[in-house]
Amino acid sequence: MSKNKSDYLINRKDNQYEVVIGLEVHAQVTSESKLFSSSSTKFGAEPNTQVSLVDAAFPGMLPVINEFCVKQAIKTGIGLNAKINKRSVFDRKNYFYADLPQGYQISQFKDPIVGEGKVILDMPEGQKEVGIERLHLEQDAGKSIHDLDPQNTFVDLNRSGVALMEIVSKPDLRSPDEVSAYIKKLRSIMRYLGTCDGNMQEGSLRADVNVSVRVKGSKELGIRCEIKNVNSIKFMQMAIEYEANRQVDLIEDGKSIDQETRLFDTKKNETRSMRSKEDAHDYRYFPDPDLLPLEVSDEFVNELKKNIPELPDDKKKRFIDEFKLSPYEATILVSDIETAKYFEEVVAKMGKNKDIKLAVNWITGELFAVLNDKNLEISQSPVSAKNLAILVNLIKNGTISGKIAKTVFELMLDGDKDPQKIVEEKGLKQQSDPKAIEALIDKIINDNREKAIEYKQGKEKLFGFFVGQAMKVSGGKANPQLINEILKKKLQ
Amino acid sequence: MSEITKQSLSELVKNIKDKNLSSEEVTKAFIDRSEKSKELNAYITENYSSALENAKKFDQKPNLELKLPGIPMAVKDLFCTKDIRTTAGSKILGNFVPTYESTVTQNLWDEGAILIGKLNCDEFAMGSSNETSFFGNVQNPIDKSLVPGGSSGGSASAVAGQLTPITIGTDTGGSIRQPASFTGTVGLKPTYGSCSRYGIVAFASSLDQAGPMAQNVKDCALLQEVISTYDPKDSTSIEFKRNEYSKELTNNIKGKKIGIPKEYRVEGMPKEIEDLWQKGIEFAKDCGAQIVDITLPHTSYALPTYYIVAPAEASSNLARYDGVKYGFRSKGENLTDMYEKTRSEGFGDEVQRRIMIGTYVLSSGYYDAYYLKAQKIRKLIKNDFDEAYKKVDAILTPSTPSSAFKIGEKKDDPVSMYLNDIFTVPVNLAGLPGISIPAGQDTKGYPLGLQIIGKAFDEQSILNIAYAMEEKIKFKNKITDWWIK
Repeated sequence: MSKNKSDYLINRKDNQYEVVIGLEVHAQVTSESKLFSSSSTKFGAEPNTQVSLVDAAFPGMLPVINEFCVKQAIKTGIGLNAKINKRSVFDRKNYFYADLPQGYQISQFKDPIVGEGKVILDMPEGQKEVGIERLHLEQDAGKSIHDLDPQNTFVDLNRSGVALMEIVSKPDLRSPDEVSAYIKKLRSIMRYLGTCDGNMQEGSLRADVNVSVRVKGSKELGIRCEIKNVNSIKFMQMAIEYEANRQVDLIEDGKSIDQETRLFDTKKNETRSMRSKEDAHDYRYFPDPDLLPLEVSDEFVNELKKNIPELPDDKKKRFIDEFKLSPYEATILVSDIETAKYFEEVVAKMGKNKDIKLAVNWITGELFAVLNDKNLEISQSPVSAKNLAILVNLIKNGTISGKIAKTVFELMLDGDKDPQKIVEEKGLKQQSDPKAIEALIDKIINDNREKAIEYKQGKEKLFGFFVGQAMKVSGGKANPQLINEILKKKLQ
Repeated sequence: MSEITKQSLSELVKNIKDKNLSSEEVTKAFIDRSEKSKELNAYITENYSSALENAKKFDQKPNLELKLPGIPMAVKDLFCTKDIRTTAGSKILGNFVPTYESTVTQNLWDEGAILIGKLNCDEFAMGSSNETSFFGNVQNPIDKSLVPGGSSGGSASAVAGQLTPITIGTDTGGSIRQPASFTGTVGLKPTYGSCSRYGIVAFASSLDQAGPMAQNVKDCALLQEVISTYDPKDSTSIEFKRNEYSKELTNNIKGKKIGIPKEYRVEGMPKEIEDLWQKGIEFAKDCGAQIVDITLPHTSYALPTYYIVAPAEASSNLARYDGVKYGFRSKGENLTDMYEKTRSEGFGDEVQRRIMIGTYVLSSGYYDAYYLKAQKIRKLIKNDFDEAYKKVDAILTPSTPSSAFKIGEKKDDPVSMYLNDIFTVPVNLAGLPGISIPAGQDTKGYPLGLQIIGKAFDEQSILNIAYAMEEKIKFKNKITDWWIK
């Protein structure tokens, strides 16, 4: 397998294959109630406690659209730089299943609420644009539970009728890494907008992955297989890797690829055929006669546009322009809205004479390490933005050294302590009085006369020894810059 | 004072308001007559004892301001009624007891009406003779072994036989107007969106509409006034100014322009229907209306269009009856087997036929040729009416191409059965209001009806025309009580 820069290619004898991937992401809309009923959408409730007569498809029950979910979909569309369709239509997708009470799913087929858009990915080699084909609203189904009883299947309808956004990408993705970046970017945008929490463990975000392969350079698309309902980025990547290789092997063996729906077995790390094209459901889509076409006015859309927060791409640009961050640093800081918020708060609290670079280093270095170690989100950070700002300022104005700061930071973790107070209480203030340091250095040179001579004769490595001694004797508090300056003078 | 069950709704309301009659007396009278009328098989579920209790309760604290003060009535068994079995005439819902009330019936109870029972109907309202009901045929009070029409056959039979003073039915392709015509009663199909569909077992959502059935136009107007409300629980319910139809009812229709569509002169139409129509035209003229010849060019496509659109929607609407959640369930080896057994045992032949037609016309490869084309024609049919209404205020046609037929006569000939709806389906496809009033009898003495079709939301005009014509026609239904021993 070659990995020259972005190229993810599968090599076989004489051929190099390119992988073509398109995703259908199902994102659960963040909303209190379901798409067509007033039942709660809260995760983790007792089975069948959040089910209305509409959700359970009782005779004569009718769907009524939840306006909030419509707004959420439009906001997401705006975030994807997409065309908002002022008229969209809800269709019925007909099929029988025990956890589909109506015998049809209300979805949008021909006329989705959101049309074409695009998402920008920040890849190590540079930016990549991924086309969005459409976004439509639809109902989720219930849940069949097969393993509670040897004879029976249990059905939980809590999820039945919950609003989903299906976001369909164009077949623009070329590698598992791009898929990962794409999912992360979508999730980031939706979290900024508050339209989907992106929680993959709770099933709020899952995807059907369409994979095909073709000889590198070919313009035509190969026959694709759809891998259904993959619920983690890692599994998506594994599934693509397996599936692409499977398809290449078939082609190399002179066999043909069947267009089919496949399942990814996470235990065996392989995809398996679920149903072939011939067995594909005929969903008999037709406009739902219980619902009128959904029409939104320009004012409605404009009002939503007005209240769209700054999104990751714009925020990144601003961070680069305003704070002189590198694109790399900016990308890291904007990828998660909470991180961006934290960073901006630190910047705000640092006041006039601030060192933004230093703050970025502390956030992406020490703080991230601690969060990672303790498995915490930045919103749960044990160190507040305010106190981190104070700490950075203490370094910047020379009150403490970077080294001491690390000690102070450790102490801050326990109850978000004020670093200023820690420095005072523990007497960690940096010695910046040149006379005191000069006296200190004189004593060290005096105690190590032989080494001083060796240094002067050309053994320059010994400089570090003297610095170390000075730090040791001062208990780490002596200003390292001053030590350097004075030492150099004294050892000349 | 005449016999209680022979009184019209207006008379009963007046007598209760004047305290000449108590709700209990009235309720008891209709229950007694219903008890004696079992042979009509108009009821699927009786609610007699609780009706009497409710009547007594009403009498203890009578609210005489209500529009239907203590008036007992039975309703078509397609309306979900809280805690009272609702079957839609089907085995598959044979044991179904809703925990909720349809908006339309709730409106009735809110105005003081009392439920005495649930009336027979074709299974899921699919039929024109009430012969598809799982609960058996309904007899037409006009004559033994005569169908009452359908699908609101139990409702029409109950009103004509005076088992209930008034009732409500539903009309998807003629299910109120055709049985009204067959039983010598009055039935109104309101504009689509006028009455809420919430809580009505769905047949074809874009066509279904509840409406009143009564012995005369005035009672129909009052009932329409009660049941028609805007309902946010039904997304297709429409907010518009609803009249107090009974108060604004007038027989002054001078200068009203009434259109006569030439396309309704269908081939093979019996002479007596043609004569009835002509008679209707004369009556309308007598009332001072102006007769205008009009054209509705796409009329002949209405029936095939209807028999694509309605089954398509029905095939999807009835998917929920799968044995999983409620209703009848047959044991199966696995899920698919359970579905197949439940649905083939739970649904009758006609329902299965329509599910298959509907499934077919929606299938990929056939969708464009059938469903999509039907939707386009539906638009053309609606345009025909829009054009016509630039010239006229209402349209007069026969209600049905024949009088009531014998039970069993058309049972094995679905096409001939479907032809019964030929004059009524265009109205549903266009979403317009239509009323059938009795206008004469054929040689056998069976009633024949005339249909007046109105502009959307203009129920008042067709009620007024019907009211004026009713006065001239002076129709008298011949009810011999043949079924009472």
